[in-house]
Amino acid sequence: MEEYKLMKGNEAIAEAAILAGTDGYFGYPITPQSEVMEYLTMEKPEERTGMVVLQAESEVASINMLYGAAGSGKKVMTSSSSPGISLMQEGISYLAGAELPCLIVNVARGGPGLGTIQPGQADYFQATKGGGHGDYHLIVLAPASVQEMADFVSMAYDLAFKYRNPVMILSDGAIGQMMEKVKFKKQQERMKTQPGWATVGKTPDREPNIITSLDLDPARHERFNIKLQKKYEKIQKEEVLFEEIACDDIDYAFVAYGTSARICQKSIELAREEGIKVGLFRPISLWPFPYKEVGKIADRLKGILSVELSAGQMVEDVRLAVNGKIKVEHYGRMGGMIPTPEEIVLALKKQIIGG
Amino acid sequence: MADQILNKELIKPENLVYKKTKILNDNVMHYCPGCGHGTAHRLIAEVIEEMDIQSDVIGIAPVGCSVLMYNYFNIDMQEASHGRAPAVATGVKRLWPDKTVFTYQGDGDLAAIGTAETIHACNRGENITIFFINNGIYGMTGGQMAPTTLEGMKSSTTPYGRNIAMMGNPLKITELVAQLPGTCYVTRQAVHTPSSVRKTKKAIRKALEYQKKNIGTSFIEVVSNCNSGWKMPPVQANEWMEENMFPFFQLGDIKVPEED
Amino acid sequence: MAKVRGTIVVDIEKCKGCEICVGACPTSVISMSTEVNAKGYQYAYLNDPDGCTGCTNCAIVCPDGVITVYRAKVK
Repeated sequence: MEEYKLMKGNEAIAEAAILAGTDGYFGYPITPQSEVMEYLTMEKPEERTGMVVLQAESEVASINMLYGAAGSGKKVMTSSSSPGISLMQEGISYLAGAELPCLIVNVARGGPGLGTIQPGQADYFQATKGGGHGDYHLIVLAPASVQEMADFVSMAYDLAFKYRNPVMILSDGAIGQMMEKVKFKKQQERMKTQPGWATVGKTPDREPNIITSLDLDPARHERFNIKLQKKYEKIQKEEVLFEEIACDDIDYAFVAYGTSARICQKSIELAREEGIKVGLFRPISLWPFPYKEVGKIADRLKGILSVELSAGQMVEDVRLAVNGKIKVEHYGRMGGMIPTPEEIVLALKKQIIGG
Repeated sequence: MADQILNKELIKPENLVYKKTKILNDNVMHYCPGCGHGTAHRLIAEVIEEMDIQSDVIGIAPVGCSVLMYNYFNIDMQEASHGRAPAVATGVKRLWPDKTVFTYQGDGDLAAIGTAETIHACNRGENITIFFINNGIYGMTGGQMAPTTLEGMKSSTTPYGRNIAMMGNPLKITELVAQLPGTCYVTRQAVHTPSSVRKTKKAIRKALEYQKKNIGTSFIEVVSNCNSGWKMPPVQANEWMEENMFPFFQLGDIKVPEED
Repeated sequence: MAKVRGTIVVDIEKCKGCEICVGACPTSVISMSTEVNAKGYQYAYLNDPDGCTGCTNCAIVCPDGVITVYRAKVK
């Protein structure tokens, strides 16, 4: 019999982290994601799997603890919310530069600045375009349910280790706080061996392992950057994830992820009652963004409405994908406000169909 | 004449009494002539060799003059972002509690930008060893004021001398971390004379042995020179250091474990 | 009575001429060369075969670890 549990998204991600064989979690409390560390400490993962959980003195310290632990070949994660993720950007750039696998969870809230504790999707640029300094990308996964919060953890680790690259789960305060049924995978064992590049103590059979993002030789550093870019190209080719909902025989589509994608599903029902043939294209990997797939679906559409809890960030990628073939507009709310399904339908009619 | 080696007949393996440790490789260090970093590196490397812990040790390099220290050691190392070495070391040590983990940091890295990470790693009593090289100046960026720059001391951002009213006081962070219950061993040493070198090496050995005992953070400050930043020849810089740095940053043990 | 004699071998090309070893030598038998190495530094050398006791002081203060020391009892 399948066993479901009723849980908050934040709790589900924490439970999934234990089950995925995470070696270490380093974090700092911030609303609306504090339940992640609260759940972990309550669960005594040190007894369940030997997993280490440590509350750091700041997000800056958390991300650098993650760097040290990832550099020594362990499966490690942190979680935070928008302002905390901003604080981590330096460390994330170093993780990308040193090519360290790890998982960073952003249960995003509205900004800028201290902003609000209500949900937001205004960290899209920061997550997908680099965030910190230098030419780098995170792999960014956007869950739209509590189940996906759980499922994406082990998926994120697989991608992180496959490409030696940090992976971000970009969620939002609504999914982090909402309770849904969730089914977990079986307990995975913690890794017994570490990758060959990890700093675990130099043995006589090899040269020292060095974890660094520094190279003062410009020619060599350019070669390293080219290597990074080739890795990103490979990820773009092979790791695009998306979902099409009610997309057969449609004239229009919403493009939305996370909480927005959930609301759009209701908007589709309402619009269809009025005879408007609209579906949902949901990017699951925000980076790599499904440019080709959005471009392809645009060939059979009259217009796209990109719906986000922001002033319009992902819409720029949707426009790049569509490349002027059809009309693409953005509709969103900010400051922690969430649009109703009705206002999204209205926006579709006003901005796309009527416009 | 200077190229001739005298007493050549003594050069036999059985007469060898001092040779550079194998824990350092043959790369020429980038440090300025007479810089204490080289000596401090060598002492740490010698202790690693003598304790036979090469395969168990992970070092964390800072940002500062010693940012490239991993180019000289035959051990696994990580390069941290500026000031975060104690957090990086925490991440390694928490997941590898049986390994020997150390950070090596300058005064800007440890006592300015990384103050929070330093204090909290020490306060948690992380079982790591922190080597803190204090030369009272930012060496790498060209001799600017450090948190440890003395009152009246000239630097490229205190060209008329450090004015306490305007720029604040020099920070004795070593005395500060000694107050924390998480530290087990806190000492301040130097590396400019044969006797100071011998004392510092003993201190390094103790610190790494305390780490094996899991009794908290061991913390060694080395008061050192910055010939280029201070704009003096090396020998004169060491004299200046004795006259000016040592009265403020007094050498000796500040905290030792109770059992000792 | 047996006498202790020593000698040092300086890795000339790696010496940076800081002169810290000169002051560390208890018998004052280390001098700086007048000629320079490939990097342009005057380098340290042993100037008196009888004065060196192989005490290692010069080697342990050398920031660049360029001094190797030998010592033996001679009759």
